[in-house]
Parts: sequence; C-alpha cells; structure tokens
Amino acid sequence: MGKQGVLRDGVSRRDFIKTCVAATAVMGLPYSMHTKVAEAAQGANKPPVIWLHFQECTGCSESLLRSSHPDLASVILDTLSLDYHETLMIGSGAQAEKSLHDSMHANHGKYILVVEGAIPTKDRGIYCKVGGVTAVDSLTKAAEGAAAIIAIGTCAAYGGIQSAPPNPTGAVGVRDIIKNKPIINIPGCPPNPYNFLSTVLYYLTFSKLPELDSLGRPRFAYGRKIHEHCERRPHFDAGRFATAYGDKTHAEGYCLYKLGCKGPATYANCSVQRFNDVGVWPVSVGHPCIGCTEPEILFKKPIAEKLQIHLPTPPDTYAPADLGQKGPGVSPLATGVVGIAGGLALGAGAMLTKKLPSGEETHEKHQ
Amino acid sequence: MKSTSRRDFLKFMGLTGAACLASAAPLCASTEGAGECETAIAMLYDATMCVGCKACMAACKRVNMDQNNLSYEHLATDGDKLWDAPRDLSGDTRTIIKLYKESDTRFSYVKHSCMHCTKPGCVSACPVKAMTKDPVTGVVAYNKNACIGCRYCQVACPYNIPRFQWSKAIPQIVKCDFCKETNLKAKGKPACGETCPVGAIAFGKRKDLLAEAHRRIADNPGRYVNKVYGEKEVGGANHLYLAAFPFEKLGLPTLKEESPAALSEHIQHTIYKGFIAPVALYGVLCAVALKNKKEQEKLGHGEDN
Repeated sequence: MGKQGVLRDGVSRRDFIKTCVAATAVMGLPYSMHTKVAEAAQGANKPPVIWLHFQECTGCSESLLRSSHPDLASVILDTLSLDYHETLMIGSGAQAEKSLHDSMHANHGKYILVVEGAIPTKDRGIYCKVGGVTAVDSLTKAAEGAAAIIAIGTCAAYGGIQSAPPNPTGAVGVRDIIKNKPIINIPGCPPNPYNFLSTVLYYLTFSKLPELDSLGRPRFAYGRKIHEHCERRPHFDAGRFATAYGDKTHAEGYCLYKLGCKGPATYANCSVQRFNDVGVWPVSVGHPCIGCTEPEILFKKPIAEKLQIHLPTPPDTYAPADLGQKGPGVSPLATGVVGIAGGLALGAGAMLTKKLPSGEETHEKHQ
Repeated sequence: MKSTSRRDFLKFMGLTGAACLASAAPLCASTEGAGECETAIAMLYDATMCVGCKACMAACKRVNMDQNNLSYEHLATDGDKLWDAPRDLSGDTRTIIKLYKESDTRFSYVKHSCMHCTKPGCVSACPVKAMTKDPVTGVVAYNKNACIGCRYCQVACPYNIPRFQWSKAIPQIVKCDFCKETNLKAKGKPACGETCPVGAIAFGKRKDLLAEAHRRIADNPGRYVNKVYGEKEVGGANHLYLAAFPFEKLGLPTLKEESPAALSEHIQHTIYKGFIAPVALYGVLCAVALKNKKEQEKLGHGEDN
C-alpha cells in the first residue's frame, strides 16, 4: 500500500507533493515540514474514516470532490480508508450498513468520524433516519468508538440552516449531542476543502489534534477575520464603498461592507486560501461575505444587514502635523462681557467696603 | 524709632531671595547634561522610514484600552462608526500618526506621543506625585489612583502631551508610558515598536539609540535634518526623532536646552533646603514682631497713664 496506494489512480508524484505543500501552508507550518506531511499522507497505516450524513445538502462532500485541486479527492480517498460514506460508496442497503458495523467493530477507538449535516432532536429525532435508525442514535453509536470527530460544514458544527428559527425539527450541531469526544469543527457553507484536508493531515503527521479556538475550529484556518486579509480592505480604510449591486461603485471593486459584508466579524481563511484553485472567493467576485463560519451570523442575520465594527482601526486619512491646533481662542464679545462683569463686581465690592464699620471703632468698643 | 522700617524689611527680604536664586543657578547648570541616566530606555522614531500605516496607533489603543479606559473616536461624518479616527492626541489616544505635506512627493509622517523628558515638567508640576519618573528606566508614568485631576501636568508640558478625559465620568490623564504596565511588562517592548512593520520605531537604551541616530545622520547626511530632536530639548528626552523636514513643521516645537522644570525646582529646593531659609525668615519676622510689641506696650502704658 502506502505510496503505491496513493499513486495507483493516476495521481502524479508532482500533484501529490503540490497538494501536500499546499496543505502544509494552510496549517501554517514551515515549508520544510511538507516532506513530513507527505510521509504521513503515504504512510501504511491509513486511519479508517466513517462519514455520516444527516440533515444536509451534501454540498460539503461535493465541494471536496469537485474541487479542481490536483486530484485532492483521490488523495483524500486513498490516503484515508473511507469505510462508509453514504453518497460515495457503491454498496447500498443492508450491505452498506454491514460495512459500517464491521468497520466500527474492527476499528473501535481508532477511526475518525466525520459528520456532515445537523441532527434533529425534536420528537425523538424522527425527522432524519438512515436505515430506520434516527440521526441521534446513529451518531451516538458511531461516536462511542471514534478517536475524534470532525464536524464538517456549518450544519454539523452549529446546526446550520435547519436550526434557524423557528427550527421545526430541533436541529443541533454535533457538539450539542456528543460531549465526551474531541470534536473539531470545520464550519463553512461549504468549508474550504483544504481546511478539512489539512486537519486530517495534521492529525496524521503529529498524531494529535490541531489547536482549536473556543468554537472548536482549528486556529490555523480560523484564526483571523476575513476583513484582516481582504483584498478590498484598502477601499474600506479609504471609505470607498459599493452602494448597490451592478452600479459604478460595485464595478470599481469597492468595499462591500455597505452591501452587508460580514467579513469584519467572520473568522475564516477564505480571503487567503480561496476556492477552486483559481483564486476566487465570494468577495472577489462581488458578493459580500455572509459569515458562514460563525454560528451567530449565517441564517441569524440578514445578508444585507450592516455589521457593527467592534474593533475599529484608523482610516487612511491623516491629521495635519502643524502646530497650533488649539481652539479658536477667546472672542472679543466674551472678553467684553467678562470685563464688564468684572468691573461691576469690583465697583460693588468697593462700595460695600465703604459701608462697613471701620475695624478700629469695634476694637475700642470691646475695650 | 529703632525698629525696622517697612522699607528696610522689604530690602532685607529681597536680598535674601536674590541670594537664594544666585546659589540655585549653578546647581541647575550642573544638571543640564541630558540623559544623565545610563540605564534610561528610549524610543527612536525615524520619520523618513515611517510609511504611515498607523499600525502603531491601532496596537497602542488595543493594548492600553483597559488600563487607560480609552474609547474609539469616530468622525462626525462616520455614521456607521467604522473607523477610529482621532484628530489629535486626546483623552482616548496616546499616540497618533500625523502628516506634514508640502506636495504630493514631498511629505513626512510624524508620530506624536510623550517625550519622556529627562527633567519632565509634568512630574515637577504634579502636586500629588501622580506623575512619576522611574529613576532606572526613565519612564514618565501616570498613576490614576493618586491623581486629583488638577491638570497642572497639561499646562507644564512643553510638548502639549498629557490629555484629560473631559467626556468621562471618572476621568484620567492620558499619555504614553512606554506600555509600562502592559506590553513592556509582557513582551519587553512597547506595542508601537513591536508592531511597526518597517522598523521606524526603534526601542532600547537611550545612549545606544542616540549613537544610532547620529550614525544614521552621518551615513546619510542628505536624508536627514542634521539634528536629533529630543537629544537636548528642555534638558533632553527619552523619545528621539529623526526627520527630513525641520521639526517645527512636524508639530514638534522649537525649545530651549534649559529645562524650566529643573530651574524652578532648583530655586524651590534651594530655598527650602534643610528648611533653613524659612526658619530664618520666620525667625526674623518673629524678632521684628516681638520688638514692635515691646515698643507698642511701652507706648500703650504711656497712653494709659
């Protein structure tokens, strides 16, 4: 197996190394690490993967398979031992279910469980069943023997569109059901395939999970906001905004903030890693970010709604450096008014002292 | 009448005062040598290297936000509150990048913040020691718990640096303290120097930076004005500047080398040294008063009889 296995289906050595280098870059590892990543990717002990689908559109799998990365799908499928994937496997019915159970038994405690889609909990979970078993039950059972769980996509991570109010099926993410296993969230609608691949390769290379943020997302991919790396950021700093789709400001490539861009609050590497191997992403083709990696934004806030900026930075204008930027100074009118008032007070004081009894007289009276 | 006349008394007092002043003058001359402290830390801002990115402003506010209770300053025209756009140093801004522009090709950025004077006017003027100068590092820092809000420090500063939070219910004085409690403590460097992408803000020992500044001028005489601002201004400062334009055009005032703070302090400290002069003065006054009293009593007895 190993190298042979990976290269069997026509992945050239060049493409394989390219993919590994790209994945190494996404993980934020030094370039020299790519050999180690490549070694891990072609290692003999392929970790078994069980991939479950629940309430979802299969967009995450589609994104993974249809990306034009150098045969990324082949690399993933041959690097991992994908034992069960409802939309990819050839077998069906009882045969497929058997393969799931066999794999769960044989690799108990070792397999990686990938979950795609939200899990309905209302009415004992009857709104999503595969092979007569509810999503809650199959997830709980599969999670028991999993070494780690990867929740791919916004639905599996947070509940996604099914969980948007009024949430008729009581849909939740994996983290709301499974509490006793390490869960890595790879949110996105769909997530960048490289983020998933890099997470898996990180695990293979270092035999541990990558560093996660408070929402369970790998920091190497979700450590910074879109806004911090956006190619339209100079327009934001200069106050040049697209005001309507298709108008001149939009055609000029101005910042999409006023069209509702959620980049300033969305943690993801889209603006850096981009999609489809041709360097595109929604903002680059003129659509504002919809915040699909954030549980509180996508499906919770209208796409056209403007965000409040919480950590504002300076614009690209400058205050002039010259001295004497103090106030306009005292006006002649104010000077006059204060002068008259002062004069009156002095005069009144003088008159008052004249009327006071003199000190000597009182002194004598006391004696 | 043998008693001291009013005229004589004033003469005597005038002479005493003059004597005190005379003895004070040589003292302050002896401390004029700038940067007396070998251990002082300093910042060297090279305006010819600065690209005006304002990363230092953003980092400064981010790091010192809580410690100084700072807020963002939005433009009146900025309805969506998108930018933090201070016009000047203020109760919410410790450092600011400004622009001096002669033409589209001849311009310079300049960073304004506390100069950390060798002999700081604010420390000298503060009646409650809320402004202090660290004897080792030379950092001029502010203690909000001691401050009584008199704002003498604002008046005393020749660079117009300390700012008061007029709009806050519990106001503070705001000025740079080299991130003494924040970044300097945590990372050994102020946030602005740490974040500067082009190395325009160097941080280190004052004597090293002064040497470096002079080396840069010597290496590139055409690039710089032949002067290190802050080397000698009002007795020297721990914030040094290099620039391609005259410093007064960059909003840095032309100042004398003598420190008014040092002068006034030495006059005061000499007058009150060992409390001799006040005791002597009040002794004389007492003697005069007693003498006058005796004479009064004499006169009074006469009248009574």
